[in-house]
Amino acid sequence: MNMPPASEWLINSSPHVRANDSVSRIMGRVLIALIPALGAAVWFFGWNALRLTLACTVTCVLAEWASRTLMKRDRGINDLSAAVTGVLLALNLPPQLPTWMAVLGSLVAIVIAKQLYGGIGYNLFNPALIGRTFLLVSFPVAMTTWMAPSVFPWADAITTATPLGIWKTALNATQHAPPDFFQQFSVSDLLTGNRPGCLGETCSLGLLLGAAYLLITRCITWHIPFSMLFTIALGATILYKMDPTQNLPPHYQLLTGGVLLGAFFMATDMVTTPVTRPGMILFGIGCGLITLVIRKWGGYPEGVSFSILIMNSLTPLINRLARSRVFGHAPQSKPA
Amino acid sequence: MNIISALFSNSGGIHPDDAKKTTAALPSVVAPIPPLLAVSLAQHLGAPSKTLVKKGDTVLRGQPIADSAGFVSARVHAPTSGKIVSVGLRMTASGRTAPVIEIESDGQDQPFTTEPPAGDWTTLPPRELIERIHQAGIIGMGGAGFPTQVKLSPPPGKTIQTLILNGAECEPFLTADHRLMVEQAEAIIAGIRVLQHIFKDARVRIAVEDNKPDALAALAQAADILTGDVQMVRLRTAYPQGAEKQLIYSITGREVPSGGLPMDVQTLVENVATVQAIGDAVIRGFPLIERVLTVTGPAITQPRNIRARIGTPFSDLIAFCGGPRGPIGRLICGGPLMGIAQSGLAGAVTKTTSGLLVLPPEREAPFSSMPCISCGRCVDACPIRLLPCTLSETSEAEQDTAAEDLKVMDCIECGCCAYVCPARRPLVQHMRRAKARVQILRKQREAQKKKQPV
Ligand code: SF4
Ligand code: SF4
Repeated sequence: MNMPPASEWLINSSPHVRANDSVSRIMGRVLIALIPALGAAVWFFGWNALRLTLACTVTCVLAEWASRTLMKRDRGINDLSAAVTGVLLALNLPPQLPTWMAVLGSLVAIVIAKQLYGGIGYNLFNPALIGRTFLLVSFPVAMTTWMAPSVFPWADAITTATPLGIWKTALNATQHAPPDFFQQFSVSDLLTGNRPGCLGETCSLGLLLGAAYLLITRCITWHIPFSMLFTIALGATILYKMDPTQNLPPHYQLLTGGVLLGAFFMATDMVTTPVTRPGMILFGIGCGLITLVIRKWGGYPEGVSFSILIMNSLTPLINRLARSRVFGHAPQSKPA
Repeated sequence: MNIISALFSNSGGIHPDDAKKTTAALPSVVAPIPPLLAVSLAQHLGAPSKTLVKKGDTVLRGQPIADSAGFVSARVHAPTSGKIVSVGLRMTASGRTAPVIEIESDGQDQPFTTEPPAGDWTTLPPRELIERIHQAGIIGMGGAGFPTQVKLSPPPGKTIQTLILNGAECEPFLTADHRLMVEQAEAIIAGIRVLQHIFKDARVRIAVEDNKPDALAALAQAADILTGDVQMVRLRTAYPQGAEKQLIYSITGREVPSGGLPMDVQTLVENVATVQAIGDAVIRGFPLIERVLTVTGPAITQPRNIRARIGTPFSDLIAFCGGPRGPIGRLICGGPLMGIAQSGLAGAVTKTTSGLLVLPPEREAPFSSMPCISCGRCVDACPIRLLPCTLSETSEAEQDTAAEDLKVMDCIECGCCAYVCPARRPLVQHMRRAKARVQILRKQREAQKKKQPV
């Protein structure tokens, strides 16, 4: 019997098998899940969508590579997380934003929000959202100038406002809901994406399709997105029942702004969200509540990005508090 | 006997490809007695047995060759007849050096005693039944190797209300217990009768995972002769369903308290192979000198379930299975999730060897030093509900008190966390390291306490 040399055997402690998954595979699936939303963005916003996606993704990947090299970190860009950040940032930008701003936002996202914290796994905040918020604060006008969607061959951009923007402006100016609002934005337009907004947030159906893919492939669990959506739906229903003239009905709250993009793609970023299931549910509820509060009482028409960033900062605390009882220990065993 | 489903479901756990199809339907075959056997004296948990023989002695099959060396220890018997060629320390399948007795088989396999034990065992008091079990050298054959006579003698004040028969066999690849349940159902049930005599009022639960319907059926049929409160329980297939604490929870809904034993929840768990050995020992007077094990994996020519003598060298088993198919990358004693990687073929079958896994080389490194991406999968998978991700970081940072507060000592090293980790962090290694460090910390604390007069 030819027995192979034992000197070449692998000797490690158990376990000796492993699920066939990796960080790069998870990131790859997130990219796949974003394809429908990206397709809709190109359909409705034309070359701008491709231009910004390309600018953000290339910048993010290059910035990741450059910072890692400069900081003498060995691990490269093959985990695809920088590409995910790039695409997500692009999808969170208004269509006509100048390329250089997108590049700047990408640099902030990768260099400051991610690599200066230590790289993947160590960042406290969602890098794409930091990039977007940086741009919103630095270039408030460019970041809140929107264009009307049009289909191929894409007519000249007509500047307009987002549904939530129109709603808030009218309420602030006249104390009344804008006339024709529900004719102007039909539910079917909100589903297909035929409305002004950030590149990737408008096509609800595309986002739901991607979300379903992520849920089925177990890249995300239901806990954060569903608790966030449920909180928004519940809060919106209460507000709407109290005063239908001053508040949007719940399905409009869910289908406008970045709620779906945020709930399924940003609030589910693994690094910046809790690890325990009860923690995830708390996180989702927090995101939903803060979104509603900003939309109703805050200065911005939209609050998804801020809500997620605020909850990101609470994640370490949630991880400490929302722990399950360890097997074989009494329930009141105090958290460490 | 009818079969009920387990009432409680455990949190956590994983569902790996069980890879049992290859061998599940293969009847177990008797391996030839090898020319040279290596019998370890540290097969069990506790003090190594002390040898009763010396080099040059001739021994007969079933003759005691080493005796218990303390309360928690076990007796060892010659697996066949022959000559003692050496007694000394050597590397064993556990990865540690231990005293080993080498026997050169004389090819006769002559028995030490031929008489079955005299008298009707059912009239004997429990104490004497337990002594027969002790004499037969029986230890927990599911893996832990705890001496059975100790387990069967709870200290005064502790009672056993539930007897659980563990036929879960939740480790992938292994089908040894499965075959035993199908082929030796009556012998297992006979062992249960012995246990029923020791624990008169205990209810009996025979637990098998639902991926082994033929084993469930065979035991259910054989169990009809049992009297008293006996039930067959169908367990949901999951790893680590067969881990003692998880199994007790599935059936009774009670959690063994941290640091405690099953008897703290009035429960006793015995593996099916152990129970069969108990029956053989008490009723027929057989010492424990052989067991069923599975030799399998993609890199073995002919996977098999084998009934082998204790002490059969791994090289003989591999040869019996047609030798390796292609290059071997890893040789694992036990299952893929908790088994022990072998550094060579020096190991030999012990009473706890449930299988031998022959794996081809892998292209990717098994573990990486990637940072944790906080995906939470390890948290979901941990059956003890620990935070493996956080513990792994405290372990790297040597924050031992933090690890202790996070209950690292409750980790059962099942490997679920490392199995699911997409960053491929060596989580179980981190747990083991943290546990060792916390143990040192506790010892230091105690030494400190002793020094300071109260
Ligand atoms: S090895 Fe320990 S920490 Fe990991 S899943 Fe098992 S019990 Fe939990
Ligand atoms: S499974 Fe791995 S990457 Fe995920 S939280 Fe646990 S340790 Fe971190």
